[in-house]
Amino acid sequence: MAGRVTVIELRNVAYSYGGAELFSGLSLDLSPGSFHFLTGPSGAGKTTLLKLCYGELTATSGEVTLFGQESRSMSRDGVALARQRIGVVHQDCQFLDHLPLAENVALPLVVAGRRDSGQQDLADLLAWVGLSGQAGQLPPQLSGGERQRAALARAVIMSPDVVLADEPTGNVDWEMSQKLLTLLVELNRMGKAVLIATHDLNLIRAAKAQVQARVLRLRGGKLQSAGVDL
Amino acid sequence: MQVTRVQIGRVLSLISGDVQADRAVPPTGYTVRLTVFAAGAMAFLAVFALALSLATGRLADRWAAELARTSTLRISAPADQMDAQTAAALRLLLTTPGVAEARALSLEERRDLLEPWFGPDLPVESLPIPQLIEIVEGGDGYDPAGLRARLLAEVPGAVLDDHTRWREPLVAAASRLRLLGWVSIVLIVAAVAAMISLAAQAALAANAQVIRVLRLVGARDAYIARAFVRRFTLRALTGAAVGTGAGMAAILLLPGTDVAGGFLTGLGFQGLDWLLPLVIPLLAAVVAFVATRAAALRSLREQS
Repeated sequence: MAGRVTVIELRNVAYSYGGAELFSGLSLDLSPGSFHFLTGPSGAGKTTLLKLCYGELTATSGEVTLFGQESRSMSRDGVALARQRIGVVHQDCQFLDHLPLAENVALPLVVAGRRDSGQQDLADLLAWVGLSGQAGQLPPQLSGGERQRAALARAVIMSPDVVLADEPTGNVDWEMSQKLLTLLVELNRMGKAVLIATHDLNLIRAAKAQVQARVLRLRGGKLQSAGVDL
Repeated sequence: MQVTRVQIGRVLSLISGDVQADRAVPPTGYTVRLTVFAAGAMAFLAVFALALSLATGRLADRWAAELARTSTLRISAPADQMDAQTAAALRLLLTTPGVAEARALSLEERRDLLEPWFGPDLPVESLPIPQLIEIVEGGDGYDPAGLRARLLAEVPGAVLDDHTRWREPLVAAASRLRLLGWVSIVLIVAAVAAMISLAAQAALAANAQVIRVLRLVGARDAYIARAFVRRFTLRALTGAAVGTGAGMAAILLLPGTDVAGGFLTGLGFQGLDWLLPLVIPLLAAVVAFVATRAAALRSLREQS
C-alpha cells in the first residue's frame, strides 16, 4: 500500500452530540481501490460517521483528512470541491422534488460545470439502473427502490474517487440490489474507494464473493473489524 | 465609482446568467410578489422624492438669485433734510463698487407698496413716510458692511436692508427641503435593501432542503447564492421599472408650473431631469444584488 494516497482518513476521531459522546478514538483509512462495509446496530453512529467522511459534520476531536487535507483547515469552497470527488448515497436519497429525475441525476455535472460533457454518461447510467423510462418523472412520483437507484446514479455520475452509501439497497429487491452492487464493484475495480453502511448481510456476502471487502462494526462507540464470519 | 461599475457589471452578467443552474431553486410565489410589489412601491416613492429634491433645489436657487440681486435703502429724516439726504445717498451709491443701479422710489410707487395694508388713495404726501431707494447689484455685488459704514458717516438717516433677513430663512427652508428629498431617497434605498434581505432570508429558509442537496453534490456557497441573487435582482429590477414608470406618469399628470406658478405645481422634472428617474430601476437592481448576496452568503454560513 506504500505510496498510495489515502482518499479519506479518520484519525482518533470522536463525535459528541448534545453532550453525549457517540463514538471516540475512531480511525479509518479509505484508500483508492478499498472496499469497506460498515455495520452496527441502529443509532450506533454509522450515518454520522459517513457525514464526517464527506465534511457535512465536523469531528469533536481527532483529525478527518479529505484528499490529503485536514477538513478543519479547508475553506468552505475547499470542502465543496472535495464533495465533487465524493459520491454520496443518502438513506433518504435527498432529491430536488421540483426537478425531473434526469436533472436530479445530472445535478453534480451542472454544479461542476460539466453538464454538456456528461450527457452520454447520464443516458447510460439511467439505462444501467433501469430508469430510462422514468427520466422525466419527478422524484415524488418514484417508488422507494427507484429513488435509491437514482440516488446511486447521481452519486457515481461524476466518476468520484470514493462512494459513500448509506443503506443503498434498503428499498430495492434482491435482483436490483445485486445490480447496484455490481455497479459499485465495477467502480471499485476502477480504483475507486467504496464505503457502504448497511444491515444487509446478504449484500456483504455477495460483495465479498466479488471483491476483497473489509467489514467494520461500529458498536458501543468503537469501530472494530467484524472478521469473516458474518 | 470602480466598485459601482463592477457591481453593475455583475448585475448585467447575472441577468444573462445560467438559467439551467437557476432551475435548482424552485420558484416561490410569495417572495416573488412581495419583492416585485415592494420594489415597485419604493420606486414610485423614490420618483416623488427625487422630484421634490430637484424642485426645491430649483426653488432655493431662484430665491437666492432673485433676492440677492436687489436691496433697499430706507431714509428716515426730517422733511427739510429728506431731499438732501436722498441725493447724498444716491451719489454715494452710484460710486459704490458692485452697485449697478440706484433709484429713488417715486411717491406713486411708495403708495402702491402701502396699498395692500392701508387701501387706495392714502395721502402719502402728508405722512412722514421714509424715502426708499432700490439698489440693483452688479458683478459680484457690493460689500454691505463697507456701505453701511459710509452711509453712517454721510447719510445718518439711512438704513440698508440687503434682504439677508428674508433671503436666508427662505433659502435655508428650500435647502432643507432638498436635503429632506435626498434623505428620503437614501431611506427608500435602505428600506428596499432591508426588505429584500428579509425576503431573501425567507426564501433561503424555505429552501433549506434544496440547499442541503446542492451542498451534497458539491455546490459552493457562491453557486447556491447566485440562483437566489439572480432571481431577486430581476424581481427588483422589474418591480422598480414598473414603479418608476407609474411615478413618472403621475408627475407628468400634475398641473403645469405655468398654471399657478406656485411651489407645488412646480413639483416635476424639467428638461434632462426626466432622465434621472430612469436610474432608479438600475439602482434597485444593484441594491437587490448586494443585499441578496450578503443575506445569502450570511445565511449559508449560518446554516452549515
